[in-house]
Amino acid sequence: MGNMLEIKNLHVKLEEEDKQILKGVDLNVEAGKVHAIMGPNGSGKSTLSYVLSGRDGYEVTNGSATLLGEDILGMEPEERAAAGVFMAFQYPVEIPGVGNMTFMRTALNAQRKARGEDEISSADFLKLVRERAKELKIDAEMLKRPVNVGFSGGEKKRNEILQMAMLEPKMCILDETDSGLDVDAMKLVAQGVNALRSPDRGFLVITHYQRLLDHIEPDVVHIMSEGRIIKTGGPDLALEVERNGYENLKAEDA
Amino acid sequence: MALPQVKETATEAKLAALSIPEGAAWSTSIREDALARLRKVGLPHRRDEYWKWTKPDSLNAPEPTPAALFDAGGENPVFDAIDRLKVVFVDGVFDPEASDDLSLTGLEITRLSDAMATDIHWAKDLYGTLEARGQDPVARPFAILNTAFATDGVVIRATGKAEKPVSLIYRHQSETSDAILHHVIKVEEGAEVTVLENGPAAARFNKVMEVDVADTGTFHHVRAQGRDHERQAVTHLFGRLGERSTFKSFTLTVNGVLTRNECVLEFTGDDATAHVAGASVGDGKFHDDDTVFVTHDAERCESRQVFKKVLRNGAIGVFQGKILVKEGAQKTDGYQISQSLLLDDDSQFLAKPELEIYADDVACSHGSTTGAIDEEALFYMRARGVPHHIAQDLLVLAFLAEAIEEIEDQELADDILERLDGWLSRRRG
Repeated sequence: MGNMLEIKNLHVKLEEEDKQILKGVDLNVEAGKVHAIMGPNGSGKSTLSYVLSGRDGYEVTNGSATLLGEDILGMEPEERAAAGVFMAFQYPVEIPGVGNMTFMRTALNAQRKARGEDEISSADFLKLVRERAKELKIDAEMLKRPVNVGFSGGEKKRNEILQMAMLEPKMCILDETDSGLDVDAMKLVAQGVNALRSPDRGFLVITHYQRLLDHIEPDVVHIMSEGRIIKTGGPDLALEVERNGYENLKAEDA
Repeated sequence: MALPQVKETATEAKLAALSIPEGAAWSTSIREDALARLRKVGLPHRRDEYWKWTKPDSLNAPEPTPAALFDAGGENPVFDAIDRLKVVFVDGVFDPEASDDLSLTGLEITRLSDAMATDIHWAKDLYGTLEARGQDPVARPFAILNTAFATDGVVIRATGKAEKPVSLIYRHQSETSDAILHHVIKVEEGAEVTVLENGPAAARFNKVMEVDVADTGTFHHVRAQGRDHERQAVTHLFGRLGERSTFKSFTLTVNGVLTRNECVLEFTGDDATAHVAGASVGDGKFHDDDTVFVTHDAERCESRQVFKKVLRNGAIGVFQGKILVKEGAQKTDGYQISQSLLLDDDSQFLAKPELEIYADDVACSHGSTTGAIDEEALFYMRARGVPHHIAQDLLVLAFLAEAIEEIEDQELADDILERLDGWLSRRRG
């Protein structure tokens, strides 16, 4: 199977200061596979997700990232989204005054338009959103409210997964999706993600703890430290981290 | 006390170009009285505290600055689809051909000049009355000037529930028109009327609307000022509220090199409610000033001011809002918020929120903020595929929502939103 996301020798620094955060990341996520990146705080995991989604404030000093062979680092965030990149935020943003439904329909139609597809009709959209929301136990009230406003931590994360389900991206990046979730909420979110697993979709799950990976079983696990991937292995690697912590792995690497 | 020379000169220069329109004895006497009052206070000067952020020079000038007509393309005017009674003014002159028949169940509508030609008319007790009451403690010279020299307008008396809104439409045809309109509205006990206003009106527009709402009466007002970029306007809305009455006014301001909207409200009966709201969007050479003065002189009344301005490319927004709670106006509930969203570093928002309270059992609050677009929200939306300009527009509309929600009628609110959408998409080019 071909590579969905291909990251080569990626070097990234902060735009405002002379601080190198990613120091040569190499990573390939194949279609149909779930890759997990684990690592201690400050290892650069979240930066990787920001850079892939196009957030301001970072400067790529070397290397590349492609989606199905197409360079994404030169694209605007909305172009990346239309190309199929989706990042589930660690801290989903509250947007007072913008209805959740309006937001999702605007996003979906903007992506379709960018890809030269027809806009979805209101009726089809409603049907789709209700169906997908039900699977994630998101009620009609949550759909009507402004984006993420007044949502609990769990509701926010479920809303992220709902957006993912609606937008049907090719490459899903989950940034610390388990943070702030209790076990039940985590299970719901994981179910949502698992339902989206498919042979033509890739996943990159970024997490600090192994517990999320009990529910979203990865095919490949990477350990990131100080801006590099220092170890790659199977699902067992996550368990090893859980048992021995990151310090041992770092020592091993050294 | 004699006027400062600079004021006297400006005032006399202005007066030289104006003459009091003919009418019945009562109207002439009210107008002459206004003229005398104007000579006493003089036209505003930019050193006046009340005009420190809005230069009155171009409003003072005897001749208006010409204003080009704006081609809105195929866009329908606002309120076009609303079932309403149309009253059309072209460059400040009533146009009977373009207007509907001035009759409507629940209302009496008369052209101002007709009312003023009649020896006995109810408007006699109201024309210039609320305007004069509104001159203390702050003078509003353009309103006095208006009372003295208004050439047209309508007087409306609501005796029941009006079956549809009265829609005052101000067309602008001459690039040098200088219009002075004065409307008087009397809402009788338990009666209800909605008044709509739209259109650029003239190159320079001076308008006064006096609204007297009797006990349990209801007055709704929705206004859209816009279209012609170069137009200038100074308007006054005076309201007096009786017991358990309701007064709600919303104004959308788009375009216009100069707009000064003053709203002066007075609670005289207990348990009344007044909301004044404004949403404005300005791009480039745009100066929009909302000046509001609410006087609570009765118990348990609620007043609410909500003003939101979105500014870019050097546009300027001004808000001067005051809540005055007189002694004895207990249980007053006063709220005031003015906010601006500056889309770049060149734009400015100047705000002066004021409370003056002489009663000891009241709840009053005011707030004013100036902010930039929420970059986090912008990125979040873009990361979902929403292009930058659409994401920004959504945030702009979200910012204005609190003001637009003050429009009670959903159909009218939707119309205003559509207008904003049109403005935003034109700006996108």
